[in-house]
Amino acid sequence: MPKSIEAGSPFSIQSGGSGKGTLYIAGPGQFIKQDVQLGSSIEVASGSLYNAGHYSVWLSSDSSTKTGSIDVVPAQKPADITFIAKPSRLPVAMHNAITGSAYVFDSYGNLITKPMQVSFQLSNAGSAPQTRTAETHNGAAWTQMDSATREGKAQFVARVGDVSSTRIVGQVPGDPCNIKMNAKAAGNKIQLVTDPVRDCSGNAISDGTIVTFTETYGAEKTTVDVPLKKGVASVEIPAHRGATISVASGVVLGNQIRWAQ
Amino acid sequence: MLRQMLLLSAVATGLPAFALAADEPTVHVQEPHLQGPRELQETTAKAVVQNYLDSWQSMSKALDQNSPELLDRDFVGSAKEKLAATIKEQKIAGVRTVYHDRSHNVQILFYSPEGLSIQLADDVEYDVQLSSGGKSLGTQQVTTRYIVVLTPSEVRWRVRIFQAKAQ
Repeated sequence: MPKSIEAGSPFSIQSGGSGKGTLYIAGPGQFIKQDVQLGSSIEVASGSLYNAGHYSVWLSSDSSTKTGSIDVVPAQKPADITFIAKPSRLPVAMHNAITGSAYVFDSYGNLITKPMQVSFQLSNAGSAPQTRTAETHNGAAWTQMDSATREGKAQFVARVGDVSSTRIVGQVPGDPCNIKMNAKAAGNKIQLVTDPVRDCSGNAISDGTIVTFTETYGAEKTTVDVPLKKGVASVEIPAHRGATISVASGVVLGNQIRWAQ
Repeated sequence: MLRQMLLLSAVATGLPAFALAADEPTVHVQEPHLQGPRELQETTAKAVVQNYLDSWQSMSKALDQNSPELLDRDFVGSAKEKLAATIKEQKIAGVRTVYHDRSHNVQILFYSPEGLSIQLADDVEYDVQLSSGGKSLGTQQVTTRYIVVLTPSEVRWRVRIFQAKAQ
C-alpha cells in the first residue's frame, strides 16, 4: 500500500491469502468500505479517496485482519481561493488600512498546505494599481494595502495560478482639509457661504456632512449646523455689528470673520 | 507565558481535569507563532484552543454514534460537511469508529488581519477503533499533524477546516 497519494488518485493494495475480504479506509474526512478478492491486487479507483488527511486501513477476512495507513495529500493545482477583504468602505489616503487574507484550495476543497505565491492587486480608476505577492503558509496568505488618494470603487483581486477572487472596496473622501467661508450682507442678516469643502487629497466632501457656523456677539453665542449641499454649506444668521463668526466641521476649524457693518 | 496562562486559568474552568483524568488527553499549548499584523489577545487564544479541544469530543461522539447533529456546536462549513459525509458513509456500511485523542500539542499559527479566522496546528496522538456489525476489527494508534482553521460564531469559535497534514 502506498504511504501517501494525491487526492483523488487511484492506488492499489497488494493482499495475501485467498477468498473474499473487506477493505475499510477510515478517517474523519472520509470512509470507504469495499468488498475485495484476497490474494490479488486491490484497486481503489480514481476519485474514490479525495479528502486530504490521514486514513487508517483495515483489510479483513474471516480468519484475519491486517492494518495499515495512508495519507492523502491535496492536489497540487489550486482550484479555489477564499478571499476576505476588509473594510468594504474606508476614507481615502489611509496607509495599510485595507487588508486581504486568502486560503487556497484544490478541486476537492482541500487546503493546499505546500507554499504557493498569491498575488494581491488593488486597482483604482485613474491610478497605478498596487500589487503585492505573498507566499502561503499552511494554505494561508495575507496582505495590506493603502487606500487611494481619489475617491471611488477599487477592485481588490487575489490570484493564485489561474484562480482569482475579486472584492470591491469603496473609498470615500476623508475629513475636510480646510474650510473657508465668505460673508455678505443680506438685509438685516448675514449670508454665510463656504467654498467647496474638500479633503486633503482634493476630493469633494460628501453632501450631508455637517458644517457648524458659530456667531459670538458679546455674551451671546448662536450655533447653526448645516449639511453640505452640492459641496457647500450656506446659511443666514442675524447681523450684529462686531460679531465674530467661525466655521468648523468635525475637528477641522475654518476661517473666522469679524462683522463690521 | 500563554501556556502558563492557559493552565492557570484552566484551574477555574476545569481544563486540568483533561490532563489529570486517565481517559482525557494531555494538552500542551505552545506560544503562538503568528504570521500577520493582528495582535492575538490571550483571552481569544484561550477560547480558540478550548473550543478546538471541545470539537474533538463532539467529533468523537458523532462518529461513534453516527449522529451528524452532534457536529453542529463545534463545526461549520467544509469541515462539518466532510464529517457529516463520513458519518453517512459509515451508516450505510454499518460501521462505527471511535476516536480517542490521547494528546494534543497545539500552536496558533495565523490570525487573519480582519479577525475572521484563526489557524492552528496540532500534533495529535489518537486511537481509532473500527467496529462493523458490533464486532471490533481492532484499534490503530495514530500520530499526525492537523491543520485547523476556526472562525467565530455567535458564542464560540467553530472549526471550518480540519485536515491532517502528511508528516
